[in-house]
Amino acid sequence: MTGSTPVGPGHPDDHEDLVDRVVAAIASRDDLLEMAYVMESEAVERYVELADQMEVHNNTEVAELFAKLAEIERKHVDQLAGKLDLSKLDQFKDYRWIDPEAPETINFEDVHYLMTPHHALVLARHNEQRAEAFYRAVAERATSEDVRVLAQELADDEREHVVLIGKWLQQFPEPEEGWDEDPDPPHMPE
Amino acid sequence: MKADAAPKIQAKDYKSDIKPVWCPGCGDYSVLSAITKALAEMGVAPENAAIVSGIGCSSRIPAYTTCYGFHGVHGRALPLAIGLKIARPDLTVLVAGGDGDGYSIGGNHFIHACRRNVDITYVVMDNQVYGMTKGQPSPTTEPEWVSALAPSGTGLRPFRPLGIALAAGANFIARGFSGDPKGTTKLLIEAIRHPGFSLVEILSPCVTYRPEQREWKKIVRPAPVEPTSDQGRAAKRLLTDDGFNTGILFRSDTAPYQPPVGKQSASLAAIEKEFAV
Repeated sequence: MTGSTPVGPGHPDDHEDLVDRVVAAIASRDDLLEMAYVMESEAVERYVELADQMEVHNNTEVAELFAKLAEIERKHVDQLAGKLDLSKLDQFKDYRWIDPEAPETINFEDVHYLMTPHHALVLARHNEQRAEAFYRAVAERATSEDVRVLAQELADDEREHVVLIGKWLQQFPEPEEGWDEDPDPPHMPE
Repeated sequence: MKADAAPKIQAKDYKSDIKPVWCPGCGDYSVLSAITKALAEMGVAPENAAIVSGIGCSSRIPAYTTCYGFHGVHGRALPLAIGLKIARPDLTVLVAGGDGDGYSIGGNHFIHACRRNVDITYVVMDNQVYGMTKGQPSPTTEPEWVSALAPSGTGLRPFRPLGIALAAGANFIARGFSGDPKGTTKLLIEAIRHPGFSLVEILSPCVTYRPEQREWKKIVRPAPVEPTSDQGRAAKRLLTDDGFNTGILFRSDTAPYQPPVGKQSASLAAIEKEFAV
């Protein structure tokens, strides 16, 4: 392979469109809580999957990082779960986001088996920023005071994550081009 | 078909303890997730579903689920699955594989599986390359794709699986994209529910040997037309699109083939006698 793989966020960030589509579905505080719960749960699920992928490919440093990010998000999920009646949650409800996946979920194709902590943190920060922007936009457009206050709280939570990840990122400078070059790419025979 | 009885089956109930060995970034992770979510949403218990596969990266899927599974011979997943469905029509039978396994080594089985129209769902993860064997061009590879193993490209027109499936008699034809897991889940549900042979071709990037396929997410788009049951109209669509329109592209109501179960025309002993040397 030549050149570096375009690992990283590859989706548009048109939050105006996102909000236009989803804000109508948020009629109450419970609606927003439910949406946030699903969004954060999907993020946890994906981080766990990505940690497993990296572990299988002996990229332990990034595997541990994804596992750590999953734990952070899981705490957020647990907080939200405490405010919701989970028995009423429809696990198959179709939520609309700007991207095919929720704002805080890393896309499967955005990772690489040779990726470094720098790449993982850039992806994670991007998702936290998208989540923050989503909640801020909901807050701005909310007609209900309850929804506005909750959206603002959720946005502040995401901002904390953005700052935290930004600090971590300072420890991991961007690797030089060619980091993904592998003269013997994976071969997984039957 | 949604199960009413509590507790509800969840997607995680379909995942086995074996961790996939696909390359990180591979679209097949998303397809695996979509299969588990589709079965969960339909309420098909793992013991009531079977996933049959051939050989290749994507054909590993049976091992990663808790459903019945058969990781078979290269290109031979379809006849095996058809036999299973005919013997056990109560099972939900899925076949999973890649473009090389299904369209090259198993190309003839593909045509006749469409023709037989048995009620199974064939999920093809198309990455336009033989990934497991390190990147040889496959039947769906573009003629100009240049690699170390095909330094001048193949110069060959790609196989058109959806058009061929239509001509051969498939009852349901759809295209999905692994970068859209929810959309893929919905397509799989529709395909499984639809009687007869359903083909779901899923564009599933091979990020190791075809890293440029990461760009697919920028060009894939929902088909601008509604599904049709008109073969002529579908043929025009399938043979003229650029391969990046997603959604249900053809849906017919032809009755599936299902012979009577349990009525043997000859005893096993008599058949064995015929083959005795």
